[in-house]
Amino acid sequence: MAEQPNLDYIKEISGGNEDFEKKFLTIIQTEFPKEKNDYLENLESDNLEESAKIVHKIKHKLGILGLTGGYKLAIKYEEDLKYGDTKLKEEFKQILKSVEEFILKIA
Amino acid sequence: MRCIIVDDEASARAIVSELCKAIPEMEVVAEFPNALEALKFLKHETVDLIFLDIHMPKLTGVDFIEMANDPPKIVLTTSDKEFAIEAYGYEFIVDYLVKPITYERFQKCIIKLNNAFRQLATEQTENQLMQAEDEDLYINIDRRLIKLKFHDILLIEAQGDYIEIKTQHKQYRVHSTLKKIKEKLPQSRFLQIHRSFIINFTQIIDIQDNSVLIQRSVIPISRSNRPELMQRLNLL
Repeated sequence: MAEQPNLDYIKEISGGNEDFEKKFLTIIQTEFPKEKNDYLENLESDNLEESAKIVHKIKHKLGILGLTGGYKLAIKYEEDLKYGDTKLKEEFKQILKSVEEFILKIA
Repeated sequence: MRCIIVDDEASARAIVSELCKAIPEMEVVAEFPNALEALKFLKHETVDLIFLDIHMPKLTGVDFIEMANDPPKIVLTTSDKEFAIEAYGYEFIVDYLVKPITYERFQKCIIKLNNAFRQLATEQTENQLMQAEDEDLYINIDRRLIKLKFHDILLIEAQGDYIEIKTQHKQYRVHSTLKKIKEKLPQSRFLQIHRSFIINFTQIIDIQDNSVLIQRSVIPISRSNRPELMQRLNLL
């Protein structure tokens, strides 16, 4: 079964501060969809260098949401994109989908 | 510790800010989504520390470091360790934190920061002492200006309208007051211990009861000046 996003890291950082947790999730809910769209647009226009930069940002969020495997894949994918290699794009797309679903679920 | 956070990701800024809240001595005074705004802020504000992201659009963290004029201590925040190591050569960079930053790693960073600030304070004190060593004072004796090195002065005694300055090898009687000479002496070295005496406390041999021995002179310590003297001593 593919790994699922979780809030363990956010809870560790917040130390039980629910206001922070809410505020943080609102930030993720705003930032992630924008980054995802930017990534897809750049990928579509074959602007792989810019895509790599956005994958770099998304990578941080994968780490925040406990997606260890997804984080590792994003590191590799970011490097590949810099060299024009897109072979990991489908796997990365699946990770983005799981994050998107998770964000909708917690909204 | 006044700090600012510079990161284009709001989520990353929020995490660092929340981590800082757990450290009582840390105060986040501002957050910036880009390096340019931070540079503008630093033109008219001073901070002790910057949490700086390396990967930012337009101006990167490395650009910021190169453009900042005499920056404070910096902790780099990055998702790529390699980039942090590249920028680690600057003396004002204390640490780098790989995102996502854990609470445990952040605490280690705070220990590093405290050590760095302690070292800085020690260096500043040493520099002040060295400057004091180099500085001197001119006194007017029979229309002749005589140079006295601060480190040579042992003590100064008020004697009516005159003061007597005692150095390692000589004594000088000058028409002045203790109040006037006190203003000219470095506080890092000199201390008034009685209404009639200022001493160079680095020259103290011993302190017994309510008196200080400097060379062969026994100087009284007044009750009101005693606490400050005791505070300045490196007591075991």
